[in-house]
Amino acid sequence: MAGTWIFVEQRDGNIRKVTFEMLSEAKKFGDEVSAVVFGKGVAGLAPELAKYGADKVYVADADVFANYNTGAYVAQMAAMISEFSPNAVLFAHTFNGRDFASRLAQKLELGLATDAIALELSAGKGVFTRAIYAGKAIAKVEVAGAPVLGTIRAGVWEVVEAAGAGAVVEAAVAASDADVYQVVKSFEPTVSARPDLSEAAIVVSGGRGCKGPDGIKLVEGLADLLGAAVGGSRASIDSGWLGHELQVGQTGKVVCPNLYIACGISGAIQHLAGMSSSKYIAAVNTDTEAPIFNVSDFGVVADLFKVIPTLVGELKK
Amino acid sequence: MKVLVCVKQTFDTEAKIEIKDGKIADAGINLIINPYDEVAVEGGIQLKEKKLADEVVVLSAGGDKAMDAIRTALAMGADRGILIKQDTAADEYARAVVLAAAIKDENPDLILAGHVAADDGSSQVPTRVAEILGLPHVNVITNIELADGKATCSSEADGGTQVTEVSLPAVVSSQVSWNEPRYPSMKGIMQAKKKPVATVDAAAADNKVNIVEFSLPAAKQAGVKIEDEPEVCAAQLADWMKNTVKVEVK
Repeated sequence: MAGTWIFVEQRDGNIRKVTFEMLSEAKKFGDEVSAVVFGKGVAGLAPELAKYGADKVYVADADVFANYNTGAYVAQMAAMISEFSPNAVLFAHTFNGRDFASRLAQKLELGLATDAIALELSAGKGVFTRAIYAGKAIAKVEVAGAPVLGTIRAGVWEVVEAAGAGAVVEAAVAASDADVYQVVKSFEPTVSARPDLSEAAIVVSGGRGCKGPDGIKLVEGLADLLGAAVGGSRASIDSGWLGHELQVGQTGKVVCPNLYIACGISGAIQHLAGMSSSKYIAAVNTDTEAPIFNVSDFGVVADLFKVIPTLVGELKK
Repeated sequence: MKVLVCVKQTFDTEAKIEIKDGKIADAGINLIINPYDEVAVEGGIQLKEKKLADEVVVLSAGGDKAMDAIRTALAMGADRGILIKQDTAADEYARAVVLAAAIKDENPDLILAGHVAADDGSSQVPTRVAEILGLPHVNVITNIELADGKATCSSEADGGTQVTEVSLPAVVSSQVSWNEPRYPSMKGIMQAKKKPVATVDAAAADNKVNIVEFSLPAAKQAGVKIEDEPEVCAAQLADWMKNTVKVEVK
């Protein structure tokens, strides 16, 4: 095999945790693991990537890579694949990662497995496990190709520190402004002190049982105490209590945090699909028959308006 | 200005998934337009209502049943449809190849589709179609403005909202929060029956990805469930969170 490449997902030099998760898991394939980073002035990221096992760090450094853009990134990656022939190239299943991988796969006329939750990798072949129907079923799919291409869901693999050599390889720049066909006019970060819903270790979600903004405030207070992300079921999104980007479930996000706390969520099948793979699940609901209790490790049949304030007090002790 | 919307027919999101003879069982399942594509249809119709588009064409690749998805889109207000007959087991590559071939014949100014399908969850096809056609694309949009041969799109990106401008023709994929799709009116349903739908054979394309097996996720076992005074419940939940989950309090 000619190595596993992990594309580094970063913005302004801040590397997303999923990149470290992929580097850590890639070590298990027994092949050389390389991080591939595109940007402007990003060579300094190499030591951080080596800490999680990157043997090599391929760096493509140019103004045209300063921010993600599909055209230039695809042109560069295609040229590097042609030069170095990696066995596999893996991306994070993020807004940019799936965009990049999909366009690259088509340019190379290759298959691609997206949003994978497990991978068995061998020479020229990857068997990816994917959640389909938002987690109601699982598909194992085989992608053969040179290279094997996939995008990986955040949070499914553990971050393990393992010193790699982190040898920097400067890649020849193979893209120019002529490859850019999207002009990013602005990027407005979501103003939130809370972690990203898809990467958070703990998610506290509110549903219909929150009854309105006051109930959501309780959910948010608990989340902040735990350093958690806030999510919601479709009921609280449709009611306008939370933005759509916070919806957990089949037409929202699929999350798998260490702890998921469902507050006032009955557990419709679309919602369960989005959170059932969480490691620990706690639920607070007044209805003892609520389906959410079927997937909960710790269920509390009580009024969230009374439970959450007491819980916050207990946790602070 | 011609808008073409790609729609995929999927299972109702409330459907329970079962496996029979190694395949996902479809007997008795209610079929709908993929919710993300339905938003794209609505978006296309709204562009026409705002006089920014002259025609909205609906394109679907699939089996005979996919005609229902096209008729639904026509009942919402699209003008005509194209059904490409293709095996429903086509992968993202094969699907993109046949859609792109049909789109090329239509030569639209704007191609809309949902950014992901609620069944396979792949998020690949619109971007692949754009690559085949050599067109720019923008994904996961929540708004679009058309002016001077350009589309300015807001997208739900990770950690923020991104505004991207591309020249037309372009491929743009929708997020569900873009709009609220209308229900077809009775009048719309009657009109849809008379709207033209062309049926074409799929261009040749082989799958690149092979299904090894389908399975159902291990049923999660319910743990403890307590019914007591809220204070007692909260104290026990706090204990469990501290001792079993080992949460840290900020």
